[in-house]
Amino acid sequence: MNPDSIFNALDISHYIYLSSVLFCIGLFGVLTRRNAIVLLMCIELMLNAVNLLFVAFSSYMGDTAGQQFVFFIMVVAAAEAAVGLAIIVMIYRNTRSTDVGLFVKLKG
Amino acid sequence: MLLSLLGLPPAFLILSFITILCALYVVTNNNPVYSVLALILTFFSISAHYILLNAQFLAVVNLIVYAGAIMVLFLFVLMLLNLNKENEPLIKTGWYVAAAISAGLLLVILAAALHRSSESIMQNPSQDIGLVKNLGKVLFTDYLVPFELSGILFLAAMVGAVLLGKKQSAEEISTSETSEK
Repeated sequence: MNPDSIFNALDISHYIYLSSVLFCIGLFGVLTRRNAIVLLMCIELMLNAVNLLFVAFSSYMGDTAGQQFVFFIMVVAAAEAAVGLAIIVMIYRNTRSTDVGLFVKLKG
Repeated sequence: MLLSLLGLPPAFLILSFITILCALYVVTNNNPVYSVLALILTFFSISAHYILLNAQFLAVVNLIVYAGAIMVLFLFVLMLLNLNKENEPLIKTGWYVAAAISAGLLLVILAAALHRSSESIMQNPSQDIGLVKNLGKVLFTDYLVPFELSGILFLAAMVGAVLLGKKQSAEEISTSETSEK
């Protein structure tokens, strides 16, 4: 299979539609789920939709800048997951639950 | 519209189908452990998309970092907290409808905006920009400062996670209580 064939057979708009659908699925999850861990997972899903779009644009343009940004998005996502999960574990120790509805009791 | 999808490359169609199906399973399933497993499958299919787009290095990094490290961390926390279907918080159906409407509206707006601008941006898709050699050359010359900063960010995140996750010892609690009084 010729490596260039996917670029000729497929317009960039198909990748844009695919990542829009993924992003909206992630948004739906963030709005409906109450479990804080699943909420973080839905955010990861949205980040991956953005990553896919970055890679698609970078490959179609023949420019590496988009793929560099995906690196940095992965770095931020990993740091966010680590700190977020640590916070969730700490909240679970105090409230015995990961329901985000209970977080309204937090006072500064 | 839907019939025109059949003319696309079958590899793209099958991969997109798997990706969207697994993503839907992640957000609709009530058992968090199954959600994690479906999300790993989603990341695998996104990696396959990267290979399709000639971004081979990112495909491998995506597998190692996301499917390998982050998802294992999620799974570990889920099992540590012993969360399963029984203590999964339930929400009202009204919320589902409202969330579906708002997410669907966003999708419609995005699709409508993209439908107008059907201009092709393909300039010179080259085969080897996704290889380690080319990516690394740019990363360590043009993006050196962000690279170093992301190292500092990782260090800060690690320190923060350890500090947050550390169990407070009994004397620390008593001293903080006496200081509050």
